[in-house]
Amino acid sequence: MMRGAAAAAEAFARRHRLRWWEALPWIAALAAFFVFPTYLSFGTQLLVTVLFALSLDLVLGYAGIVTLGHAAFFGAGAYTVGMLAAHAGWNEPLSGLAAAAAVAATIGFLSGLVLLRTHGLTLLMLTLCTMALLEQAANMGAAWTGGFDGIPGLKFQKILGLFEFDVLYFRTQYLYALAVLFACFVLVRTLVYSSFGQSLTGVRENVLRMHAVGAPVRTRLVVAYTISAALAGVAGGLFAQATGFVNLAVLGLDRSAGVMIMLILGGYGRLYGAFVGAVAFLLLEHVLAKAYPTAWQLGVGVLLVLVALYARNGILGLAEPLARRFAARRGGV
Amino acid sequence: MDIAGVFLGGFAAGMVLFIVSVGLSVTMGLMGFVNLAHGGFAMLGGYTMVLAMKHAGLGFVAALALAFVAVALLAGLLERTLYARLYRAGELDQVLFTIGLVFVMIAAITLGVGPETQTIRLPDWMRGETDLGFVRYRTYSLVVIATGVALALALWLGFERTRFGARIRAAVDNRRMAASLGVDVGRLFTVTFAIGSGLAAVGGGLGAEILGLDPNYPLRYLAYFLIVVAVGGLGRVTGVFFAALLIGVLDFVLKIHFPKGGTMFIYALTLVLLLARPQGLFGRKGA
Amino acid sequence: MKRAALGCSLALAAALAAGAAQAQTVRIGVVLTYTGVGAELAQQIDRGMQLFMKLNPDAFAPCKVEIIRRDDKNPGGADAKTAAQELITQDKVDIITGVIYSSNAIAMEPVITAAKKPFLIMNAGTAWITNLSPVIARVSFSMWHAGYAMGEALVKNLKAKTAVIGYTDYPPGKDSLLAFKTAFEKAGGKVLDEIPMGGPGQVPDFTPFLQRAKDRKPDVFFVFVPSGDHAVALVKTYNALGMRQAGIRLVGPGDITPDHKLQQMGDDAIGLITMHHYNADLDNPVNKRFVEAWRKEWGPTSTPDFMAVQGYDGMAAIAHAARANKCKLDADNFIAALRGWKFDSPRGPIMIDPATRDIVMNEYLSEVVKVGGRLVQKTLAVTPAVKDMCKELKVDRCGK
Repeated sequence: MMRGAAAAAEAFARRHRLRWWEALPWIAALAAFFVFPTYLSFGTQLLVTVLFALSLDLVLGYAGIVTLGHAAFFGAGAYTVGMLAAHAGWNEPLSGLAAAAAVAATIGFLSGLVLLRTHGLTLLMLTLCTMALLEQAANMGAAWTGGFDGIPGLKFQKILGLFEFDVLYFRTQYLYALAVLFACFVLVRTLVYSSFGQSLTGVRENVLRMHAVGAPVRTRLVVAYTISAALAGVAGGLFAQATGFVNLAVLGLDRSAGVMIMLILGGYGRLYGAFVGAVAFLLLEHVLAKAYPTAWQLGVGVLLVLVALYARNGILGLAEPLARRFAARRGGV
Repeated sequence: MDIAGVFLGGFAAGMVLFIVSVGLSVTMGLMGFVNLAHGGFAMLGGYTMVLAMKHAGLGFVAALALAFVAVALLAGLLERTLYARLYRAGELDQVLFTIGLVFVMIAAITLGVGPETQTIRLPDWMRGETDLGFVRYRTYSLVVIATGVALALALWLGFERTRFGARIRAAVDNRRMAASLGVDVGRLFTVTFAIGSGLAAVGGGLGAEILGLDPNYPLRYLAYFLIVVAVGGLGRVTGVFFAALLIGVLDFVLKIHFPKGGTMFIYALTLVLLLARPQGLFGRKGA
Repeated sequence: MKRAALGCSLALAAALAAGAAQAQTVRIGVVLTYTGVGAELAQQIDRGMQLFMKLNPDAFAPCKVEIIRRDDKNPGGADAKTAAQELITQDKVDIITGVIYSSNAIAMEPVITAAKKPFLIMNAGTAWITNLSPVIARVSFSMWHAGYAMGEALVKNLKAKTAVIGYTDYPPGKDSLLAFKTAFEKAGGKVLDEIPMGGPGQVPDFTPFLQRAKDRKPDVFFVFVPSGDHAVALVKTYNALGMRQAGIRLVGPGDITPDHKLQQMGDDAIGLITMHHYNADLDNPVNKRFVEAWRKEWGPTSTPDFMAVQGYDGMAAIAHAARANKCKLDADNFIAALRGWKFDSPRGPIMIDPATRDIVMNEYLSEVVKVGGRLVQKTLAVTPAVKDMCKELKVDRCGK
């Protein structure tokens, strides 16, 4: 009992330290650039989705806010970048991402103030409705947003004035997305291991106790929600820049539910769940859809059912006991 | 504008939502199981009808009854074999499982029947208009309204007046307490789940005229079903009834007068209602 | 891998130009929405393409043909763009074709233009798409073809004076509205009301919108809804609300009477008046052969609709360009071959407009009637050689 507690305390103290395997995803992403030069359009979409899932992990995995409206922020970011470029001639990529983050964060902050008083199914539906209202607004403002047909042919300046967007092979977009993802990841990682991150986990695990110890629960939740919205906005902005196109599909339940499923599939509250889930889901979908353009959904559905039944807490949840056993054996020797 | 006609139109739309969603409300209230595949059972009901009418030559009502029975059996089977394994899992694992199940259902229908929309031919007596004395209205809509109201009454009576209903109410309010009093919550849930899914199947078949029927049905209307459940309050039959009625009628009226708003109203309404009463119109605090 | 190995051994054996075996094959990349809401439409186009190959096995000779299919999954643009990118860079296709949704065509265009590949659109009907790039040609339609012709014909042929317009609230619906209104008002008609009727993603309950239209008491109710389930639901509601008895005629582009749904609609559909570039009952020898072959291939109860014909004609266009260019296609020579290309299609004579690269075709004013227990579309009048009026009149974006 005592030994277990001590080991747990030690593991807790150590957990923010970088571990060797944390370099693997980044090495893999760089290697993919060289090994699969013709897959980089898909690869860029993958990286954008990972970033989006990561932003969701912050609220869903760490703060325990279950939302079906996260695409609202993705869409806000994408439309900010798209409309600035199309109507205001603001097509510098990095400042575009900053604007996307700012707009999404504002929406996140305001809606969070109102919505985060609720929880459970009510919160789920409120976030969904907020997103649906934004979607409708985008459709009604078709003169500005392009509605269903979208804003075509968005063009952006060279990144940092140096790297031109690569229309056919997506090389620049891929590395650009990877760099942005890395920066955002470092931010999120620092955040969840800070005292702020600890208190979020406290809220998720036992909200009554957090109230009892006098922690400002609502404020913490709203702050987390706002940061998460900003990151989702960056993902959306990145999407608009990489695709050169924005239409109504950046908002909507498909995108919200899709990213949530990917995150749960990978394992939420684990930082790398976003990577594993998005990659597993999209790769399977991509490969199956190529081989069986009319029937790929069957394979994806079966995967989700199997993971839910046999791997609690997603694919990473499946991997963790193995990793622990491995670590224990090494520690025991 | 004809006020009675407007009210009846909205009433009918609301009743379809009620018939499909009521099972979802009860099962979610009972077990806290987030069953996003509920619309899938409604779709399977619709397809059972299509196939039974086409290949077995069944009439509309017989096919509707068959849809109820077949889907209830299938749902009961799935509940025992698969759902039951996930009661102790977190709600997010349940989300993953049920969405996966929806994908499988969609793919199975697409491959087995085809991607095209199906129509369920109404019997002649449901077509055209009926004179109610004060207003002439679409017969089909009146049948839907009558069915919805009858089902609501039957469910209400079943809930309030039978032992089975009392057990369900007890379990919704406090599952642990009910279990310790000797209620077999597991079995209760299997039966409720089967009946709820069967009702969804009836809604899917009967409501096909309003909601359509194609493989994408379960995802397309997922938000609507959840909205009705959330606004009504979990596990409340009367709540779901009035929520469906309210949303159906208001959405209908607003669409006539401000068609430019599109689906905006249904979401705005939900937002306002849920902010005012987070536990739903008829839900109890903390339930 | 296999293909490369085969090419190699052939080249060695023949000791001829190494690329000869490769150059014989025209690789066609087809991007369609094979799953989700668009799946039914994709199936029609795909079967139309297959039927062309079946009925005209020598159309491409001496070129060989390889068709590579990709699912673009949704109208979001991104997946379609990735599909186009991979078809070009991995599968080395010579041409991209297909595309159900306009949004996807718009998103794909920059990649295809950058690769200098030809882009032949088999559906995507937003009028201004062909203005985006000189590599685009279209064998389908724009909403202006039917909408404008209908506006003229209603006043001229049916003596209508007032109309209410109902439309699904997305670009094809808005295009249709504008096209119809322009022509109808020019011919002296009056539009009483314009009612957006929900989005394309889900079939709404049409009752509230139709009740509003009924209360305006117009001569005709002109409607654009997506072909398929929207159309079926609309026609049902029209009858159920007694609009027919109230003397309001339901009219629209052929999307409201999709051929493969017509029999399902039953007697509700009788009397509907449409303007369109195709229906399965068109009385010409090419169409007779087409429909007969279709039923033989896909079952006696299945029916091709305008999408299927667009797939059929698209393959014909590619075959023509491939032969004209000795099996080596690029954007320039493909478009050059198609400018002014004429073809005897199941929809009657068609041509690719040399100026706009868009299609020129007949529009048929038809009425649904019952003949021997089956519903058929009877042609009332033909407007020959209709161009995309959006570009002719230079309305908004169609004037570039």
